[in-house]
Amino acid sequence: MTMASRRHGQAAYWAFLVHRISGLLLAVFLPVHFLVLAQALRGEGALDSLLRWSQTPLVETSEVALVFLLAAHCTGGLRLLLVEWSGWRSEAQPALLALAGGAAAFCALAFALSLF
Amino acid sequence: MNAPFATRLWLAQRASAAVLALCVAVHLATMIVAVRGGLSASAILQRTRGSFGWTAFYGLFVLAVAIHVPIGLRTVAGEWLGWRGGGADAACAVFGIALLVLGVLAIAAVTR
Repeated sequence: MTMASRRHGQAAYWAFLVHRISGLLLAVFLPVHFLVLAQALRGEGALDSLLRWSQTPLVETSEVALVFLLAAHCTGGLRLLLVEWSGWRSEAQPALLALAGGAAAFCALAFALSLF
Repeated sequence: MNAPFATRLWLAQRASAAVLALCVAVHLATMIVAVRGGLSASAILQRTRGSFGWTAFYGLFVLAVAIHVPIGLRTVAGEWLGWRGGGADAACAVFGIALLVLGVLAIAAVTR
């Protein structure tokens, strides 16, 4: 195995781990997210009080992390779809992995800049 | 497990992923714009209440989530926990149905 293919394998393994762990954390978060939004059934005030509670540095930092997880799962998934549907497994894979990670970081940073 | 069932799940997972990629992109852009200047219930509800477009969009989003998530969890349960078969399938299906119900409830809450 060449050094380049070993590095490629390591990067692909990390991408697999990020995709899986982000998916698991999002699966845990989703029911909570839906339940918070459903508070609007009890009126605007009920939703507002939850939103006010969320405006603390700890919760807002968690929100930025969640945006990163969502974007990383999305871009990582797009990379997988591209590989599966096009059969594209070229030397460009590490660059594609970096692009997926960079796009996710960009989304989280843009969200953080809007939020803070 | 029979092959056609596995193939159908694989296809459903990939098809829902393609839909979710679009929905997540729209959702991310909306969130980045919406949180500017703080988030309030009135701002959210003003945008979503009575809107057919947002109802249809989030309806599609929730449906794709309710398909995508349980299939993914089923894979993780099998590969990481060694939990396979009818029990794992049923647990993942129940989780998917719960997501669908909660998602529809959330959409109703912010759009009606």
